[in-house]
Amino acid sequence: MSTSDQQAPPRRLAMPELLIGIGLLACAAAVAWQTLAIPVSPLYSKVGPTVFPYLTMTGMLVLSLLLIVAALRGGWQPEEEKETPTDWKAMGFVAAGLVANLLLIHPLGFTAASVIMFVLICYGFGSKHPLRDALLGLILALAAYFGFARALGVNIGAGFIENQLNSVIDAIIGMARG
Amino acid sequence: METLNQLAHGFSVAFTPVNLMWCLLGTTLGTAIGVLPGLGPALTIALLLPITYQVAPEASFILFAGIYYGAMYGGSTTSILLNTPGESATIVTALEGNRMARSGRGGAALATSAIGSFVAGTIGTLGVAFLAPIVVKFALAFGPAEYFSLMVLAFITVSAVLGSSSVRGLTSLFAGFVIGMIGVDLQTGQPRFTFGMGELLDGVDVIIVAVGLFAVGETLYMASRRYAGKDEIVPLKGSLYMTAAEWGRSWKAWLRGAAIGFPIGAMPAGGAEIPTFLSYAIEKKLSKHKEEFGTVGAIEGVAGPEAANNASAAGVLVPMLTLGLPTSATAAIMLSAFQSYGINPGPLLLTTQANLVWGLIASLFIANVILVILNLPLIGLWVRLLKIPAPQLYAGILVFATVGTYGISQSPIDLVILYLLGAAGFLMRRFDFPTAPVIIGMILGPLAETQFRRAMTISNGDWSVFYTHKLSLTLLVLAFIGLAGPHIWAFIEHRRRRGPEHVPGDA
Repeated sequence: MSTSDQQAPPRRLAMPELLIGIGLLACAAAVAWQTLAIPVSPLYSKVGPTVFPYLTMTGMLVLSLLLIVAALRGGWQPEEEKETPTDWKAMGFVAAGLVANLLLIHPLGFTAASVIMFVLICYGFGSKHPLRDALLGLILALAAYFGFARALGVNIGAGFIENQLNSVIDAIIGMARG
Repeated sequence: METLNQLAHGFSVAFTPVNLMWCLLGTTLGTAIGVLPGLGPALTIALLLPITYQVAPEASFILFAGIYYGAMYGGSTTSILLNTPGESATIVTALEGNRMARSGRGGAALATSAIGSFVAGTIGTLGVAFLAPIVVKFALAFGPAEYFSLMVLAFITVSAVLGSSSVRGLTSLFAGFVIGMIGVDLQTGQPRFTFGMGELLDGVDVIIVAVGLFAVGETLYMASRRYAGKDEIVPLKGSLYMTAAEWGRSWKAWLRGAAIGFPIGAMPAGGAEIPTFLSYAIEKKLSKHKEEFGTVGAIEGVAGPEAANNASAAGVLVPMLTLGLPTSATAAIMLSAFQSYGINPGPLLLTTQANLVWGLIASLFIANVILVILNLPLIGLWVRLLKIPAPQLYAGILVFATVGTYGISQSPIDLVILYLLGAAGFLMRRFDFPTAPVIIGMILGPLAETQFRRAMTISNGDWSVFYTHKLSLTLLVLAFIGLAGPHIWAFIEHRRRRGPEHVPGDA
């Protein structure tokens, strides 16, 4: 590297792009592995279920090599993307919100998990009012829950809050029907 | 005449109170999500796919079409007032529209884009009504080999020709193929790409892929870029009524935009970027007010591209309805809605599902009328939506993303896949890989495979069917030109400019 540093700065190896190319190469390998695992009945051997996977694998292989070549030649990131620093803290809070939601949606139910996710993401994006966000998140989560669960007939994880509200609503509907 | 009768019948379907309500709901929702940055029609329709289990096909497609058209109208409002294009197709609108808003003519810019969208949308919808039956006549002659070659052509145009890099576009497309192949192979019953997990036997739902790439990926990207330039809303100034001079400068641009947008949208290539940029270039060239371009904002530069955008959005419906060929992420998700009803879009759709198709087309005319009303007199409402602060907006998007994903089967595995796709979506956004080809690849890939295997079965395993059939060969040659042409052209240009003193290894 040290010899080529001075004469050709734009042609330096681009690490993130190289990793993407290698990652795609790994994906192509995974596709090959899974394709080999498909049992082929001799009846279908001509145009069986493996022809398209093999074509896809070949395509991915060629594309990953092209990406690796592009990475070795200096990558393809636009300058402005390269120069903007990544806000790891904000991303970290968003990711934490997603993970919290994943872990809590089963034990606590959708609404409670969503409120926690909502507050964490808002904080990550720079909001300084976690209590107000929690209230907003609660309203939004309940609206989403009842919009989907009751109007669209989609069953989403009900926890304590949802069960209480559902029984209240059913009671009201029951009373209205006399 | 036949078409007019069918259209009249379509209006009788669309004018029922219930369907009018769906149309109003769709257009309102569509405008809202078009205005809000970070939400698009593809994501919204994906989240609403479960509705297909609840209501008649006419109702859900009228709703989806309203969202599709509405997002185009709403997106231009954001481009003009915020300079952050709400949709990729409204990038050009932001160029002149935002300058007009900054120089106090935001009202006229909004008016010319709304009325232009109405004019072009109506022309485009008429185009769909009259062109669709003609395309159907051609399509009836298509065999499996021709269908496969047509899909290859569409794959190349949506991933390699449009966008900044053919390698990255094709990479996205192939990733979509892999996702589309996960699950049980429909022809042999063999599980593929399931990595031994029972949860993957049914395949990955398009809802999860769309939500992961568009909602989770976008939110992560926005979080990582929080400090990169904040846009301010330009306060809405100036009357919403255009002056006679502004009308005079707008109407020709609308018609030219529609004439450029519809044919390009209707080709099995799709994409609204090319027609909008083309229209912008033409308006800039023809304008008598060239000095306004890039300075105070020229009204033609808003009127033309906006019209082109809406006409091409209408055009995309032609290959979707007549060939079952989606050329945008939104159209691909609408195709999966058809599949969820057990309907296969293709040449027979217009006769077997006449109520649905013509009801849908009629509702598009109604949607255009509703949208021009929603977007001009009621513009103040939408401007208020722009004031939703980013933290709460993105957190809210992810709450809805969770509902939509977790609601499919209440499986935490779905959420894990969602977040993994979100991480992939972030990387794609960060490293300039287009996301739409993933959706198109996963929906259209399995259909292409079916046609491929059908053609090969009929020919008894002989590959030559794809190039001995004349039509199939033509389509494949076009695809090859689309893929290789720009590179060959660039190479020739490069050689000619460099001349003989080209130094090896200096490329």
